[in-house]
Amino acid sequence: MNSFPILSLTLFIPILGAIIIMCLPRDQVKAIKYVAAVSTCISMVLSLIVVLTYDRSAGGMQFIENIPWVTDLGVSYALGVDGISIPLLLLTNLIGFSAVYASWHTADRVKEFFALLLILISGVMGTFITTDLFIFFLFYEVVVIPIYLMVIMWGSSKRVTKEYAGMKLTIYLLIGSAFLLVGLISLFVTSKGILGYPSMDINTLSGLDYSNGFQIFAYIMMTLGFGTLLSMFPFHAWSPDGYAGAPTAVSMIHAGVLKKIGGYGLIRVGLYILPIGAKYIAPLIAVLALGNVIYAAYICISQRDLKYIVGYSSVSHMGYVLIGLAAIKVVSINGAVMMMFAHGVMAALFFAMIGNLYEKSHTRNVDDFGGLAHQMPRLATGFMIAGLASLGLPGTVNFIGEFTIFVGAFSTYKALTILAVSGIIFTAVYILRTLGDVLFGPRLEKWDHLQDLKGVELIPLLVLGTAILAVGIFPSTIMDLINSGVGQLMAQIGNIQIGGIF
Amino acid sequence: MAYNLLLTEILTAFSGLLILALGLAWPKRGRELSGTVSIIALLGILIYAICNFSAQQVFFQGIYQVDTYGSFFKILFLIAAILVMLSSSKYVGAFQNKSNEYYGLLVFATLGMIVMACAGDFITIYLGLELMTISFYIMTAYLLEDERSSEAGLKYLILGAISSAIMLFGMSLVFAMTGTTVISAVAAKITVAQPALIAGIGLIMAGFAFKISIVPFHMWAPDIYQGAPIPTTTFLAVGSKAAGFAALVRIFMIAFPLATFDWSMLLAILAAVTIIIGNLIALPQTNVKRLLAYSSIAQAGYILVGLVAGNAYGLKGVLFYAMVYVFANTGAFAVATAVEVETGSTDIEAFSGLSKRSPFMAAVMTVCVLSLAGIPPMAGFAGKFYLFSGAISSGYLWLAFIGLLMSMISVYYYLGISKAMYIGENKGGETVQIGGAARLAIWVCLLATVFCGVCPQPLSQMAQYAIALFF
Repeated sequence: MNSFPILSLTLFIPILGAIIIMCLPRDQVKAIKYVAAVSTCISMVLSLIVVLTYDRSAGGMQFIENIPWVTDLGVSYALGVDGISIPLLLLTNLIGFSAVYASWHTADRVKEFFALLLILISGVMGTFITTDLFIFFLFYEVVVIPIYLMVIMWGSSKRVTKEYAGMKLTIYLLIGSAFLLVGLISLFVTSKGILGYPSMDINTLSGLDYSNGFQIFAYIMMTLGFGTLLSMFPFHAWSPDGYAGAPTAVSMIHAGVLKKIGGYGLIRVGLYILPIGAKYIAPLIAVLALGNVIYAAYICISQRDLKYIVGYSSVSHMGYVLIGLAAIKVVSINGAVMMMFAHGVMAALFFAMIGNLYEKSHTRNVDDFGGLAHQMPRLATGFMIAGLASLGLPGTVNFIGEFTIFVGAFSTYKALTILAVSGIIFTAVYILRTLGDVLFGPRLEKWDHLQDLKGVELIPLLVLGTAILAVGIFPSTIMDLINSGVGQLMAQIGNIQIGGIF
Repeated sequence: MAYNLLLTEILTAFSGLLILALGLAWPKRGRELSGTVSIIALLGILIYAICNFSAQQVFFQGIYQVDTYGSFFKILFLIAAILVMLSSSKYVGAFQNKSNEYYGLLVFATLGMIVMACAGDFITIYLGLELMTISFYIMTAYLLEDERSSEAGLKYLILGAISSAIMLFGMSLVFAMTGTTVISAVAAKITVAQPALIAGIGLIMAGFAFKISIVPFHMWAPDIYQGAPIPTTTFLAVGSKAAGFAALVRIFMIAFPLATFDWSMLLAILAAVTIIIGNLIALPQTNVKRLLAYSSIAQAGYILVGLVAGNAYGLKGVLFYAMVYVFANTGAFAVATAVEVETGSTDIEAFSGLSKRSPFMAAVMTVCVLSLAGIPPMAGFAGKFYLFSGAISSGYLWLAFIGLLMSMISVYYYLGISKAMYIGENKGGETVQIGGAARLAIWVCLLATVFCGVCPQPLSQMAQYAIALFF
């Protein structure tokens, strides 16, 4: 199995699909959609194979591929997955596959839409499976521009115009990435000084003897970059506007997986390479995370636009992830990775349902709806699964994530964790209220013409709903993987000899 | 001495004369053929230059050098000239009875650049520079009936002459203090940084800063870029700038040791100011030519960062970036040329809805401007990575900060063009017609920009060989 380049295949099949789509004639709408569906399906199956065939007892990086790429920068085209990246790889493909079906009814410029979507999926996937810092950054930035184009071309203007939303999102992420790049280049230059030869391999870079001052500086740069991507308070402002302006598929991928690159980066690049910096900055991140949890939840209570509700709630949920990361314990980081997976499937399902409803009703305002469960029982099921997962109902995967985070973080930040747990109550308030207003109550006749989910529209619900419940009921399927990955990573870091910033 | 190594220069001069003669001897057919002839001639010279990339020889007691560094830039200038000729064949065709002179001047400008890159002596650099600039004066004012073109030509003439004079004065001061004009001999004669020497270095720097449009010597660039015929603008932006850098790097790296006079801090400040001002002024521009002019000021600032760094990464970055800048900028200008030929304007409204008229050109424009902005996987990113790695390893962290932050801000105006192309209302016709030659040039730019970004190894290897003489 080792010689078979399964990761490269997973990565490049969507790109291949995009190239085929670009060569197809403009009016072959059906063929274009089938190509997109088939290529994401193959990638999804391949990533499932990766999950199943990963040798859990051996652990560590597996399915390794390594081709030297730019010798004087020490860059290699290096792929490999461990317990932390596999869940996120799977998540990307689940969402990518669903996103194709969630945008099945796209009518305008279909060719460009699906080509960009496939490039986007590949780009996100690349960040999770590479073990080379340069390639990681390359893939991360590759996704920013397709998103911009997709938002301005197929987005929707409600409270803010789609041009504004797209540009805000792009500029926020790019400025964040400028800081990140400064951090990365400094890291590269410093490591070259220590090693004597250039290297971008994450494994080689970790465990080097960086000075404390440098670690703290570089980690601050990374926090700014990855934190912006993860919508860390106070750099979260792009997120709700961006999601609201974006077309369904982009909202799904962005909220579902793209944000998680931030969390993944903070673990894989930040904590792994710069443990002292991470430990030093951690209390600051924990406090900011509380800003995410509480502040965003407060804003969420007053929102009436469905996409803004999910947008702010995702900012709020990222606070949990950040607290988990900031505690720097195996258990809490396990929880953070689990939460990233959980939030990914949940948010993607939510956005898919909202997108479907908006496509049919042309409104997203909660006040316009009521009693939709009468007309659209299947859509209502999707909303309920996503909503209940969002508030962390036991039996859904989100419960596992949140519970593990709080258990892990409590010993480090007692007061902060207690305050953060209160976020669950706020979540329950806005989610249950929204679900009640939209789905239940008396039947409204003006919505009688709405068609329930049928045919391909059901696929996002089936794929993502299954993931939420299946992993929620059998958490060990994913949790064992994560635990092995995080455990090894923490063991390699060893004991960190520095106190926190305060 | 192996004079056959000078064949690149000799052949270039010969083809320039041939093209001029062709128009005289054979007025009608000759003019029509001049474009094809010059492209084929330069292509042949390019192949010769590539084959002799690693040739090494010092001519005439050091006043002319054939080395990998010079060869790298030779290849760059020839590629740029060929791409400009290909992309603008339709545009230049409109000059009718003076098109062959245009091609002739283009070839002579290329020769001037080659001489600048290979010169090992101040006087030779100056000769190359004048050959290049004088050709450009004429090419800038080529649209005689267009007031803006004449205005641009006159402005360029006056400002260019002043800057040449300043540079020459600087060179004469350096000569007065050291008694030699050969670059490689100067360093040995400098022991202490006397004020006159510093003044000389400063004046040379100012002269070059004008040629490569470094703030505060950048005022000429936007007016001239906008007023000049678009092929001239393209060649001015990519060729003349690269030639300036070629000579600047050689002089500063070899003649003026940092130990006696630390010029790098001065250049660092100039680079920072250039990056900031170029990008900020580009933000509100509504004319694509003018926007690209300001952006090219900022680009010069990025390249200067590499010289400031002065180490292997930085200098490799200069060469790498100069090359990918040729492809990205020529691609962007080639699309602009096609739009101008079609609509008669380069205002951003003229690009509105271009993705419906020609999805291919809209995609190329987007790829090219993103490369200029330094977004991966386009080549500009790898170039910036080299430049700023160099800067950080030389301790210029603040400069890297400014550079990277401003290049992300520049995405705003670059994407402004994309926005117009993708969601703007289509006011033009059904499809944009571009000729086969222009299409070829655009394809080359596109593929080179993507290839050098995804797989930077070959180009960076080439740059590595080219900078070997500095270490």
